Amino acid sequence: MSAETEDAAALAGLDNLEQDTQVKTRPSAGEIGARIWRSAWPKLLAIVLAVAIWEIVYLLNLKPHVVLPGPFQVFPNLWDQLNHTQLWKAIGLTLRQAVEGFALALIVGTVVGLVVARVPPVRAAVGSLITGLQTIPSVVWIPFAIILFGNNSTAILFMVIITAAPSIANGLIAGVDLTPPLLLRAGKTMGLRRFELYRSLVLPAALPSFVSGLKQGWAFAWHGLLAGELLVIVPNLASIGVLLVSDQDQTDMTGVIAIMIVILVLGVLVDVLFNTLNESLRRRRGLAQAPSTAKGWRLATGIAR
Amino acid sequence: MTTEQQSALNGHAPPATAAPAAGTEVAVAIDDVTKVFGRGSSRLVALDGVSLSVAPGEFVCLIGASGCGKSTLLSLVAGLEEPTAGTVSTGGRRVAFMFQEPALFPWLTAVQNVELPLRANGVGRPERRRRALELLDSVHLSGFAGKRPHELSGGMRQRVALARALAQDADVLLMDEPFGALDAMTRDLLHELLEGIWRRQGFSVLFVTHEVREAVRLGDRVVLLSSRPGRVLEEFDVHGERPRGLESGDTVQRALEIKARLNEEVMRHVS
Repeated sequence: MSAETEDAAALAGLDNLEQDTQVKTRPSAGEIGARIWRSAWPKLLAIVLAVAIWEIVYLLNLKPHVVLPGPFQVFPNLWDQLNHTQLWKAIGLTLRQAVEGFALALIVGTVVGLVVARVPPVRAAVGSLITGLQTIPSVVWIPFAIILFGNNSTAILFMVIITAAPSIANGLIAGVDLTPPLLLRAGKTMGLRRFELYRSLVLPAALPSFVSGLKQGWAFAWHGLLAGELLVIVPNLASIGVLLVSDQDQTDMTGVIAIMIVILVLGVLVDVLFNTLNESLRRRRGLAQAPSTAKGWRLATGIAR
Repeated sequence: MTTEQQSALNGHAPPATAAPAAGTEVAVAIDDVTKVFGRGSSRLVALDGVSLSVAPGEFVCLIGASGCGKSTLLSLVAGLEEPTAGTVSTGGRRVAFMFQEPALFPWLTAVQNVELPLRANGVGRPERRRRALELLDSVHLSGFAGKRPHELSGGMRQRVALARALAQDADVLLMDEPFGALDAMTRDLLHELLEGIWRRQGFSVLFVTHEVREAVRLGDRVVLLSSRPGRVLEEFDVHGERPRGLESGDTVQRALEIKARLNEEVMRHVS
């Protein structure tokens, strides 16, 4: 064996020692079921407890039953509404407005974020303004939106954009700022310039921060949207907010709570969606690994330092 | 077509091995370079009148105690910074840089990382992938092309970084303590690997280290820099048979000589 092939063999030996010796097997159906049950039972228990406390408060008669109905009034009501098209149409309408508004906010936020991150004078001028916009409570925009656009769906769309875009822009700016300087040096020495540098390095490096911005933007957009739906009354458009207002007008607390549960569930579902996206991003970069391997953590912290 | 015409078309100098008069030609010319950081009371003279040249195909090691501006010198050659006075020239040669950290892009796989400089040079997709896999093979990592950096060991990441630097098809390879963070056994093997590739391809290397023995093991010439400000103190010719063992009598002997000189320099800063 020549000296060079000997070296190659030694390197291969070291490489193999470094690799995880754990044999990864596909989990069986039973294992998957057990895993889902492990993560689900605490949540289920919490829901059962909350409903139980609610029922106890109901039975204590602290308030008249019309004003504070119990779970056994609300859930049948919700079930009944789920069997009629009105609620589903309202959910569809609200989600459509949310998605449309969020898509526009995504465009506005990304463009503004990129310009602010790239052009120093623009940053000096409007950088802190963007953060300032985030601190304005969403309902504060209602009078402004109604006077500017009138009582129509454009006003509601505006509410979603103005509440979500600043968070999206800020997430992108923070991400661009956090591009590791060493990677920038490496990128420059290997000949990445301008557009290529952005496409291959700065934007991918900013992605996790951008996704956090999206998640926060969505939360604000959801607030802004429902504030809009409750207060900007658009004729002939029965959104979730409109259903809620009409239940309020009829002092139908059972209906109000049923709709609130719908809003809660929708919010949680979207949150899960963003978390999944975030997790898979981080895992791919070795920032978060399956915590089952200690080596995974060691490597992850090694690269994250 | 003559070599000159061809290189004019390619937009860069011919590879060092094809140079007609390797004895007189210079790949890197550092001429009376001074680099000052900051101003006023925080003014720091990192390099003071440093002159140094690297011949095509030559392996030059820079050593010195901390604060001698070794890394600054590499940044100047790479064009990442401008000298305060003096000139740095690579005569339009391509320069690649390898750092102490692998500096791989964590969201890309090993092969995608190696493809990056090829993409920056406008190499088409299929050709890019083919060359990147070849380069990974040359650092004995063909089995790990699809792994992301966090799945590789420190030594393997550094080899991917070496493949990425080689992908630039550079005439000058700058290395800033590239093996400083590795265990002794891996470093030994990487010395052999680097030396083999260097001898086959014939590019110039400017290699910064604080390990005298490493410098003697690899270099044709070892340049000793003084600290604060950085000046060239002395140059040592180490031309000798290759590969040299890190533990061989010759290497150890030369290293002791240079180390003695380095110690003198460090002691000068005690008082």
